[in-house]
Amino acid sequence: MDFSAINPVTLIASLIVASTPILLAALGELVVEKAGVLNLGVEGMMITGAIFGFAISVTVANPSLAPGLQPWLDPWMSPWMAPWLGMIGAAIGGAFMAFLFGLLTQYFLSNQVATGLALTLFGLGLSALLGQGYVGLKPPSFPKLDIPALTEIPYIGPMLLNHDYMVYVSLLLVLAVWYFLKFTRGGLVLRAVGENHDAAHAIGYNVTRIRLMAILFGGACAGLGGAYLSLVRVPQWTEGMTAGAGWIALALVVFASWKPWRLILGAYLFGGVTILQLNFQAVGVTIPAAYLSMAPYVVTILVLVIMSGDRSSAPASLGRVFHASH
Amino acid sequence: MFRLEARPQSSNFWVIVTPLLAVIATMIAGGFLFATLGKDPLISMRMIFWDPLFGDFAFYYRGQLLTKAGPLILIAIGLSIGFKAGIWNIGAEGQYMIGAVCGAGIGLAMYPVEAWYVFPLMVIAGGLGGWAWAMIPAVLRNRFGTNEILVSLMLVYVAQHVLSSASLGLLKNPEGMGFPGSRNLSQYPSAANLELIPGTGMHWGVVAAFFAVIAAYVLMQKHLIGFNIRLTGQSPRAATFAGVIPKRVVAFCLGTSGALAGLAGLFEVAGPAGQVSIDFASGYGFTAIIVAFLGRLNPFGILLAGLLLALTYVGGSLAQQDGLPAAAIQAFQGMLLFFLLAFDVLSNYRLKRVKRAPIQKGAA
Amino acid sequence: MTELLRIDGLTKAYPGVVANDDVSFVIQEGEVHALLGENGAGKSTLVKMIYGLVRPDSGSMTLSGTAYHPTEPKAARASGVAMVFQHFSLFDALTVAENITLGMENAPHRRELSEQIRSVSNAYKLPLDPNRIIGDLSVGERQRVEIIRCLLQHPKLLIMDEPTSVLTPQEVDILFETLHKLSDEGTAILYISHKLEEIRTLCDHATILRHGKVVDNCVPAEKTARKLAEMMVGEALHVPAKKNLHPGEVILEVANLNVKSKNPFGTSLKDINLVVRSGEVVGIGGVAGNGQDELLLALSGETPTRRDMVQVSGVDVGDLNPNERRELGLLTAPEERLGHAAAPDMSLTENAMLTGNVRQKLSNGGFLRWASARGFARAIVQQFDVRTPGIGNSARSLSGGNLQKFVIGREVLQNPRVLVVNQPTWGVDAAAAAAIRQALMNLAEEGAAVVIVSQDLDELLEVSDRLAILNEGHLTHPEETAELSMDDIGLMMGGIESGSEATHVSA
Repeated sequence: MDFSAINPVTLIASLIVASTPILLAALGELVVEKAGVLNLGVEGMMITGAIFGFAISVTVANPSLAPGLQPWLDPWMSPWMAPWLGMIGAAIGGAFMAFLFGLLTQYFLSNQVATGLALTLFGLGLSALLGQGYVGLKPPSFPKLDIPALTEIPYIGPMLLNHDYMVYVSLLLVLAVWYFLKFTRGGLVLRAVGENHDAAHAIGYNVTRIRLMAILFGGACAGLGGAYLSLVRVPQWTEGMTAGAGWIALALVVFASWKPWRLILGAYLFGGVTILQLNFQAVGVTIPAAYLSMAPYVVTILVLVIMSGDRSSAPASLGRVFHASH
Repeated sequence: MFRLEARPQSSNFWVIVTPLLAVIATMIAGGFLFATLGKDPLISMRMIFWDPLFGDFAFYYRGQLLTKAGPLILIAIGLSIGFKAGIWNIGAEGQYMIGAVCGAGIGLAMYPVEAWYVFPLMVIAGGLGGWAWAMIPAVLRNRFGTNEILVSLMLVYVAQHVLSSASLGLLKNPEGMGFPGSRNLSQYPSAANLELIPGTGMHWGVVAAFFAVIAAYVLMQKHLIGFNIRLTGQSPRAATFAGVIPKRVVAFCLGTSGALAGLAGLFEVAGPAGQVSIDFASGYGFTAIIVAFLGRLNPFGILLAGLLLALTYVGGSLAQQDGLPAAAIQAFQGMLLFFLLAFDVLSNYRLKRVKRAPIQKGAA
Repeated sequence: MTELLRIDGLTKAYPGVVANDDVSFVIQEGEVHALLGENGAGKSTLVKMIYGLVRPDSGSMTLSGTAYHPTEPKAARASGVAMVFQHFSLFDALTVAENITLGMENAPHRRELSEQIRSVSNAYKLPLDPNRIIGDLSVGERQRVEIIRCLLQHPKLLIMDEPTSVLTPQEVDILFETLHKLSDEGTAILYISHKLEEIRTLCDHATILRHGKVVDNCVPAEKTARKLAEMMVGEALHVPAKKNLHPGEVILEVANLNVKSKNPFGTSLKDINLVVRSGEVVGIGGVAGNGQDELLLALSGETPTRRDMVQVSGVDVGDLNPNERRELGLLTAPEERLGHAAAPDMSLTENAMLTGNVRQKLSNGGFLRWASARGFARAIVQQFDVRTPGIGNSARSLSGGNLQKFVIGREVLQNPRVLVVNQPTWGVDAAAAAAIRQALMNLAEEGAAVVIVSQDLDELLEVSDRLAILNEGHLTHPEETAELSMDDIGLMMGGIESGSEATHVSA
């Protein structure tokens, strides 16, 4: 075995790519949980986003796949627009799934745990169905930040400044969510709803509507995370390709103690474990591949064990059903 | 304009009617889904729900029905006990795999001894394997307060790797000419879980499932343990006031559901599947969640729901021969749970018409 | 005086009850107007309609001469109506300033708001530090937050729902001063209470509600408390008969009980000593949140303690679980009826099983004897006059008073040697409260030791033989009730606390 084959620069660069999907999904879930809702359907929303994003991007890039759409697709614009349209479509797809969850839990007052599970099971089935015709296709490549002056900075350039745009979008989103939750009135209201929905209702906030907005945002983020998997990280479509990423995103929120900045740390930690085990497999470490492949899941469990002692930062109304009876 | 009004207590009528409504709604929505795939919805529905029972080859498919229903019911019974207590084991799929690996491991270790005790030992090992796998989230929750949902689910992925490494390594058939997968247990008489009555699909796993239904009924309705479990789910503080020790409930519920899932895995690997292989797991552990909810967490309800979901599996594979994608059935099953949860609101709330008066703006 | 709010024929019905039936009255500017009525008389529904949380089925309101029909609390606040809730609408994990912002329209910027909070709270002698987390505040301080939140919006009408139930006598005096000041400045106050003496000293006018209807109105200072009570209840009140005190041997002994609260915002118990004899009722007063819940949990066995900290008839029970204690005759009834003393969605039979299993032998080798449980539930329902269609009904379908009778009855019928109850009549109508008090006194007369933890001092003075006060986790020495004056009790309750509050606010 030869550890020198592992290049730290490419390692960090690929770590960032590996962690972006769960970072996006976890960011959405964080907002949802801050509003007091536990949506366990992240996996289902992610995989829906993955297939929506993939299908849209592939179709836009290869208009021949959908002759009916050809008149609307500008041949010059398509290659440039395809990945972005895919991302937007994925966000809408994720939000659509989240809307089903919101409808059931907020208006039909169903159990959030059960509904989240249903969302995951349904999403896995639906995406497999929608993805029938897309197995084996290659998506258009995603645009990258490529400014020679930056990219050529030794180490830092290739590690941090030469990624696809979605990496930076995800970091900006973290910044935006942090600012929103901490400094805006809307963020304060959202936290208040998650803290004590009865009190929020009593002073006149529409708990159901605020929560539904948060749920939709969470779905859109999960959709983006899924599409990042199918369009950038892998990049192709296979059934069940999220392989638990949505569940890891849920664990990440606990790890981050519901603080946006710590999500980045957590996501990069998980990304690191994933990339390292792949590298170990590649250089032929004597540990059997099966055990290495388990690593991300085992690490998730370990992290949960370490972080679960302190529940004090969890939103107090998390997972409770709200019904304004009087 | 409608408004929901909490019922003073949940309605028994709606508790029974909602699953039926959900099935009907799923059939309608599923019909639309199949139609968009270019299939005649009526023919597809007939193929899924009618042909396996009464069609030309029903004699074959009816047997399949019990074979599929057995593991679903066995796992769902275990899950329902935990769900009643608010303990969410969603990693039954992993416990199922580990049960199969452990049980088959014992059987393969004894190969080729022919003795009456081989199969019973395998059953015990399968149950213990599933139990131990489920005790991981139980112990972590009791000791560190970790969320059992996430841990049990993560362990599914870990189990999948255990299973594949077992079928590629430890349990690989030495005479298998290098192909992955273990010896075929159904060809090892002392270890095989064969059909008890030919043509019915009835094997020991199905017998165990029926037994579990009755045992769960007695436990939940007639025994203090079941009462304490229900009390814990209803109101954890009232449960501690009644002297219940929450950690014991967690361990009991997770352990029991894990053991039952492990048993289901063992009966499957020694019977219908025959061998430990990479693609042994087929999603029973997840579908059983749907079965448990559709059966209203009631043992007899689960029996019926298990048979219904088995029917969608059997009918689904029939429809697959006609070109309906396998994923359509998966989506169909997911939809069923959605509709059930949506209609469930009617058991606890009453839909009330609200007159639109000038001072009333927006819903309450 | 000019008319501020006119309420005309407001009606609101819920399934099975008419909460308000054709309610009409008028509030003048700058007046302190009492809304007097029993629990369940419809006071809360009425004020929720005024505050825009509930929409009336029919009727109208006029505020300062213009039609007023708020569709949501925001609209009410914009019209100058503010409300202080009985169960506070505060967020434990947020700061005082954040909580106040949430309840305001057009809240000023952070720093400016903090300045305003400081100045207004000092002006009204309710000092508050805007940066503190709500969860760390005492109940009295939390109420200040609600009041300051309202005052910052310069309301024309301030609604206060049972504000004194959470205050020490000293805090009540401060609150009344604030309210007088407000009313002098022209703010009208709608004051909801069932405490008669308070209303007599504070209010200019009273409207009395019974079963959702206005039954009377008066100037409270002109009536005796007894007369007001009769107007409120509609009948002569039954006062429990006080029995002769003949305490027997010591049954419950609590020695140097120290318990750390499980709740991060709770109060830990410090060196509690208490001896209760057979035939005796000991009252434990004090404002909620001073360790009452923790004391109950330590006595019921839900929080195990050191072996010798709790004794029943000389046997150490500190480390025993609830059922082992029940076997020895130590029974308890916690404050929260739904979710602690009873499981909301379970039937009365199942709830009878909940604590009755051990002493009533409702199970055999783990197998439940449902027939016996039904018999026990039926006995409770009959002997304690629990109004319910049947024992198969769920606990949450019962009214508060009926469920409380069931919960107390369930323990009393098990012949306890010691019974400890927490807030036995909280939120219960007067007739049910009287029945519960009588049952507890009868139990003591039959030789049991009874401990009543309550915030209602009038109740404790009426039924207890000795009275102690729980304050910040400390229990005062129990004194003979007959020899105590209200002033003594006030000193026992709050003397130390008000001083310490003044110090940390200035910090």
